[in-house]
Amino acid sequence: MSKPVYVGLDIGSSRTKVAVLDADRQLLGYAIKKSGTDFSVTAGICLDASLEMAGATRQDIANAVSTGYGKSNVEFVTTESKTEIGCLANWGRHNVSGIITLIDIGGQDNKIVKLDQEGRRSSFKMNRKCAAGTGAFLEEMSYRLDVPLEDMDGLARASKEMVKLGSYCTVFSATEVLENIRNGKKVTDIVKGLFYSVIKRVLEMDLPTEKVVMTGGVVAHNAYIVEMAAEMLGRPVIRPEYPQLAGAMGAAIYAINEKGDAGSADPNRLISEGELQ
Amino acid sequence: MIEQSKPKLLRKTIKAGELMNQVMSDYFYGVNEAATTGKQKVAWCTSVGPAELLRALGFAVHFPENHGALLGATRMATDLIPGANAIGYSPDICSYLTADIGAYLKGVTPLAKAYPGIQSVPKPDVLVYSTNQCRDVQDWFGWYSRELGIPSIGIKSPRNLNEVGAAPIEDVSQQIQALVPPLEAISGNKLDLDRLRETVALSKECTELWKQVLETAKAIPAPLTFFDGTIHMGPAVVLRGTQVAVDYYKVLLAELQQNVRDGAGAVEGEKVRLYWDGMPVWGRLRQHSEHFLQLRTNVVASTYCSSWIFPAFDEKDPFRSMAQAYLELFIVRSDEYKEQYMKRMIEEFRIDGIIYHDAKTCPNNSNSRYGLPKRLETATGVPSLVLSGDLNDLRCISDEQTKTNIEAFIEQIEEGK
Repeated sequence: MSKPVYVGLDIGSSRTKVAVLDADRQLLGYAIKKSGTDFSVTAGICLDASLEMAGATRQDIANAVSTGYGKSNVEFVTTESKTEIGCLANWGRHNVSGIITLIDIGGQDNKIVKLDQEGRRSSFKMNRKCAAGTGAFLEEMSYRLDVPLEDMDGLARASKEMVKLGSYCTVFSATEVLENIRNGKKVTDIVKGLFYSVIKRVLEMDLPTEKVVMTGGVVAHNAYIVEMAAEMLGRPVIRPEYPQLAGAMGAAIYAINEKGDAGSADPNRLISEGELQ
Repeated sequence: MIEQSKPKLLRKTIKAGELMNQVMSDYFYGVNEAATTGKQKVAWCTSVGPAELLRALGFAVHFPENHGALLGATRMATDLIPGANAIGYSPDICSYLTADIGAYLKGVTPLAKAYPGIQSVPKPDVLVYSTNQCRDVQDWFGWYSRELGIPSIGIKSPRNLNEVGAAPIEDVSQQIQALVPPLEAISGNKLDLDRLRETVALSKECTELWKQVLETAKAIPAPLTFFDGTIHMGPAVVLRGTQVAVDYYKVLLAELQQNVRDGAGAVEGEKVRLYWDGMPVWGRLRQHSEHFLQLRTNVVASTYCSSWIFPAFDEKDPFRSMAQAYLELFIVRSDEYKEQYMKRMIEEFRIDGIIYHDAKTCPNNSNSRYGLPKRLETATGVPSLVLSGDLNDLRCISDEQTKTNIEAFIEQIEEGK
């Protein structure tokens, strides 16, 4: 048998993320796929792909923990689960030092989790029942603008004069976008306005601490959002190497801790100031 | 602790519940009989309106908010609310109001299903409100007044009080007294002051027993949950001022006190103790109760259940004491008062965390909108969670978000312990 591996499965509303770690919390493999309509099947595909990347098989799994909306749909590999907020916090605790605010912008919801000096959660917030400030908002707008989602980051960067969008509501924002198109505004400027709107909606949920880390699918695919957030906050914002995997990795770290194979945060592996955006 | 599949914990039943069902059944049949036979005049009263005066004048009393809660608990409300929306009552206003009016428009009531023989809510002879809770009750009764051609009278209460001083008490006392002549005319009975004193005394006794019932949850483990409380408060809402309610709470209290002596908690292996501020989500009562139970968490105290505690009742001074009682309520008070009140509750019930239910259609019973959670967190160090939802309109609810929020909150509390 090869070395044991620890698996975190984050079955999100939009994407399924699986991370495979060794006992030292090193990322060995991962996979990300649209969650689709059968969470179990998608999770199975992601699990096998990430294990293959790690050079492991299902027999090598020492422990696995699931999280996300579909966390109870993966009983073929684990019955242990934690909330996505818990997993995000766990990832932050083991990867970033000091008092931090984690801002995760996902497909369906966004979360702000604050950790104290000891890495304990001091508070968390989730967006309310609307899509504003989430990936779903950007998806809807990419459709309205007839722009591929993956092109939005580049378009926003190319903007010279941002269009400000004021509404809370995705439907109202869509109307605002149409109005701006009618008035001849450039798509680049509108897209930057949409990014600005996402950050505004998120930052009005809570007051961030000095050190801010941004994660989630929207952050992974739109690095410019982090740069804009840093500009708005007037200080650097950390964007980790794998922003979309934070929840899955946090779940995998729970899997390690549950087996007693790993202690507290390793200072050598903490994200350093040099990695700030 | 990582959540794992494990045998489901079972809800503990409160034996007195059977008696309560009988008490409530007798009440509903009683008011129905009054309305259908005309033996007794029927008054509709807001839940913290001057019920004692109505009983003393011989009215059978129906509480539309209780009906609203039944519409919510039976999950009929969400389908009925649009009916009221369509006639101009916004989906953003009280969903008790919109559900109740929607039910009237459609000619349905959960009472008919629960109590064979009852066809409809009891037809009122008069509608009596107090705006101590909100303006919506006045507008609610106003609609029925126009629809049925019956009078709607009431008390326009001062609100947001820090101290309940002599002036507002005098004001409300005068307003209650001003209701006497029209109510005498409608009931055909002259007010007997001794009868009023007796009713106020019974309300006081009921309220004191209800307080003791709720305070049994100070014990660790607590013998009842907030969700039990929302059911067992029924007699305190609809039957205060009667001997029946007093007798019921004596039975309930004895059972809960015995459970405290036996160390029998309502939640097996109680690990976390929460405070619930705001309205229950009636259509999710069972679901929420189960969820907390499986998390070995007990919601041991609440603003809502405690709102039927009226320490000021005094039969020696019935009008003024009623005025004071109905002004001292949490919902009538300033945020400054609310903050101090909740601080006391946190200490007395040894609370680990507070859940604020921000009910979309009930701003007056949602206390998370003016910075209270943050202020209280800073003052006490007790963490809080705001849940977006509604008392009756399930269109305003995301079950999955609620579940995630609650689980993450319990995780946070347990990590901090």
